[in-house]
Amino acid sequence: MLEDEDEVRRKKQRRGRIGMAGSLAGFLVLILAISICEAASIFQPISDSHRSAALDLFKPADGSFASLEETYEALRTFEILGINKKPDLSTATCGTVSKALGSSSSTPKDLFDALRVNSILKCNINAEVFEGIISRLQAAVSGASSLLDFYYSIGSLGLIKDQTSKADLHLSDAEGIFRSIKALSQSDGRWRYSSNNPESSTFAAGIALEALARVVSLASSEVDQSMIGTVKNDILKLFDSIEKYDDGAFYFDEKVVNVPEHSGPLSTSSSVVRGLTAFTTVATGSLNLPGDKILGLAKFFLSIGIPGDAKDFFNQIDSLACLESNRQGFHSTDPVTSIYSGFIDEERKLNGVSPYIGSVLICRLVKVNTVLGSKAPPLTVKLVRAYSTSSKDTSIIEDKELSFDPERVVYFLDALPDSVDVGSYIFVFKVVLHDSEHKDVFVTGTLTHVQIFMTGLVKIGNAEIVVLDNDLGSIETQRKLDLAGENAVSLSANHLQKLRLSFQLTTPRGSAFKPHQAFLKLRHETKVEHVFLVRNSGKKFEITLDFLGLVEKLFYLSGKYDIQLTVGDAVMENSLLSDIGYVELDLPEAPEKAPRPPPQVVDPYSRYGPKAEISHIFRAPEKRPPQELSLTFSGLILLPFIGFLIGLLRLGVNLKNFPTSSVPVAFAILFHVGIAAVLLLYVLFWLKVRLFTRFFHFANDYKSVGHFGSIHDIEDTEFLGSFLDVRWTQDPFTSGLSIIKVEICLRMKEFPLQERVVSIWTLCFKFCRTPFSKLY
Amino acid sequence: MARSTSKDAQALFHSLRSAYVATPSSLKIIDIYVGFAVFTAIIQCGVVSVERGCEKELEITVREREISKKMRKVVYMAFVGSFPFNSFLSGVLSCVGTAVLAVCLRIQVNKENKEFKDLPPERAFADFVLCNLVLHLVIMNFLG
Repeated sequence: MLEDEDEVRRKKQRRGRIGMAGSLAGFLVLILAISICEAASIFQPISDSHRSAALDLFKPADGSFASLEETYEALRTFEILGINKKPDLSTATCGTVSKALGSSSSTPKDLFDALRVNSILKCNINAEVFEGIISRLQAAVSGASSLLDFYYSIGSLGLIKDQTSKADLHLSDAEGIFRSIKALSQSDGRWRYSSNNPESSTFAAGIALEALARVVSLASSEVDQSMIGTVKNDILKLFDSIEKYDDGAFYFDEKVVNVPEHSGPLSTSSSVVRGLTAFTTVATGSLNLPGDKILGLAKFFLSIGIPGDAKDFFNQIDSLACLESNRQGFHSTDPVTSIYSGFIDEERKLNGVSPYIGSVLICRLVKVNTVLGSKAPPLTVKLVRAYSTSSKDTSIIEDKELSFDPERVVYFLDALPDSVDVGSYIFVFKVVLHDSEHKDVFVTGTLTHVQIFMTGLVKIGNAEIVVLDNDLGSIETQRKLDLAGENAVSLSANHLQKLRLSFQLTTPRGSAFKPHQAFLKLRHETKVEHVFLVRNSGKKFEITLDFLGLVEKLFYLSGKYDIQLTVGDAVMENSLLSDIGYVELDLPEAPEKAPRPPPQVVDPYSRYGPKAEISHIFRAPEKRPPQELSLTFSGLILLPFIGFLIGLLRLGVNLKNFPTSSVPVAFAILFHVGIAAVLLLYVLFWLKVRLFTRFFHFANDYKSVGHFGSIHDIEDTEFLGSFLDVRWTQDPFTSGLSIIKVEICLRMKEFPLQERVVSIWTLCFKFCRTPFSKLY
Repeated sequence: MARSTSKDAQALFHSLRSAYVATPSSLKIIDIYVGFAVFTAIIQCGVVSVERGCEKELEITVREREISKKMRKVVYMAFVGSFPFNSFLSGVLSCVGTAVLAVCLRIQVNKENKEFKDLPPERAFADFVLCNLVLHLVIMNFLG
């Protein structure tokens, strides 16, 4: 593992050298995280759990990933994390890469992805292939109008330049392209995707910065510094819109809602960080970004933990790598730490004074790491001050330097002053770099505040429980208690007596301790419970229950009451929940108007648990005749019709009166055709009745009510009615809607067309009801 | 009072028939049409008088059932019931309605009806057609 880390660092240094173009000045985010006594785990750096998660998340199916983009993300993640046991992809993927590069139909995005993969895999690609792509990409750049066009084509050119060592690869009109990308920027530092899209996006700003960085590095001559200056201004404005979590993490998010992809804070922040890093690599001069915001971004990425999604994982790791990589430019105003890595060592040191003082947990080892978990340069960790959360003005420790343990690479505090007692404290750390050169390299942030709980064993003494006579206050029964151990006192009292419980709490340093919780609970046999607060006066905690005043509260319930004492606090290691015993109470009979004990509290889990399933009884389907019978009757119904025709023939019907001259003929035909058309419409209406209902439903959709609660069949193709219909049939007389959600599942009956035709003939006999009618 | 014999009855039928022959053929067509509608309606619902206890025999073959003559008419409804009732109703009412409309038409078209002598038969026929269309529109919707 150590070798792995070394390799990662070497790689990072290599990358840093390439990126810096000879400049030693750079910037590295150091993170100091201190998690103390297993309580306050802050931001853990990237560790081995990330490495194993990466191998799980990026699992190629059949030796390759679904797309080149995914392949790049996987390879890049493996590269950053220094994973050596990665799956072998080079043969299959290189084939895909050279195919994508060789194909004339690949888009700039395809080329970009292929080139990115190639930058890691270093496939054997023909020089002529690159030549062909370069001319296509140059044309694409000059013809580009949208931000993504610029990004992919310029990015591809930049990658080719890196991969082929073609020093003469330049953009012909770098300043012009720079200007046209810059033209898409907005006054608040965000970018638009294209000139005809009015919505600006933070994600696009990251892309634009990356593209601009490529333009600068591809320019044949130096780009005008004033233009770079305006972009720097944009970056500063962009950082004004950064958002903040309570724990000091900063992130970017999209302001607009309807951005289809890349909408999450992670991808947006990641895009900005990538763009920012790329741009500061090429831009000269300092950016003067506030160190705590850079730190906050690092915190944000680390606070995600291990994402479950491959894309998120890549975004997190890549952004952290960007933050860690050596880049010049981010000079913050004061040298500060960025946070990272937790290390705790707990030691119970006995100090020889008293066993209680010794039980104060001393958590005082601090480890400083970079975001990706590699070692920090020589530095000093100073404890600027430490103060109790209850009194912020008085410091208990001030300006103390932590000692360094080179073996374990941790910084530790030698001893705690005696004034540190159990309680919650804020420790303020500061990291000072030894080497003044590093001050430009590492981001320096503000002070690191860490909340530390000093816990210890609280001494419980003088615990006793007493039954007193009401009038005289004389002691009837007295029992000593050992609250740390088992107790089983049995007392008896009547309503004229009192019960008193008292105990003392002392901290390991000997001062009075006031816990967050101190309760006495009485539980009757019938599960009726009463909770009383135990109050303190100085060290002594005492509660007196005067049963005469409590009879009503106890609902006149005589019998056995279990006594339970709760004393608890976050810093108290021996918090207790102890059953002391029971008291047998003899209370007077309840008068008639006395309050009744409340009904038993239902189990809160059952209240929110699943309700009993409601089973519905459906009407049994009507008996249907066999199909042959229906068909027979369809034939039978023809008999009167045939009789009618025969009758007509026997009467000798003639059509001699049918008009012969042209105009009346036309009108007569029109008349009959009209009637035939109406009848045809009826037939269609019946055959396609569902089509019509659907049509009417659509028409209704445009009204406000129509859309409400429409019910469809399980295939969601048929409109069966609306919620209002159903509700009306259920309860036609109540107004208003009280049902919040109704889930109705109706299954369509089989409805053969043949039956419908039969029905048409008979006009009545055998009809399946339409589903619509089922609702009524 | 003269005793009515079969001969009288025959004479009565004869005179009725000879009188009916004189009826215009357009009215005869309407009569046949009314008959057609009424018979269709009868086939659909029929006058059913199923004697008790014949359920068992219903399960015997159709031929045996006919022989048993326990039912005067065997019609659709008697066989399979009136389910779905709206379809059954619309079928029957369609036939009955048509028959009623045809009778109305016959009244209006008949020349001997002095009450409607001012009404041209074309107008009467147009009313008949229109009423039929409306009737069947309702029927179609009621059909379900």
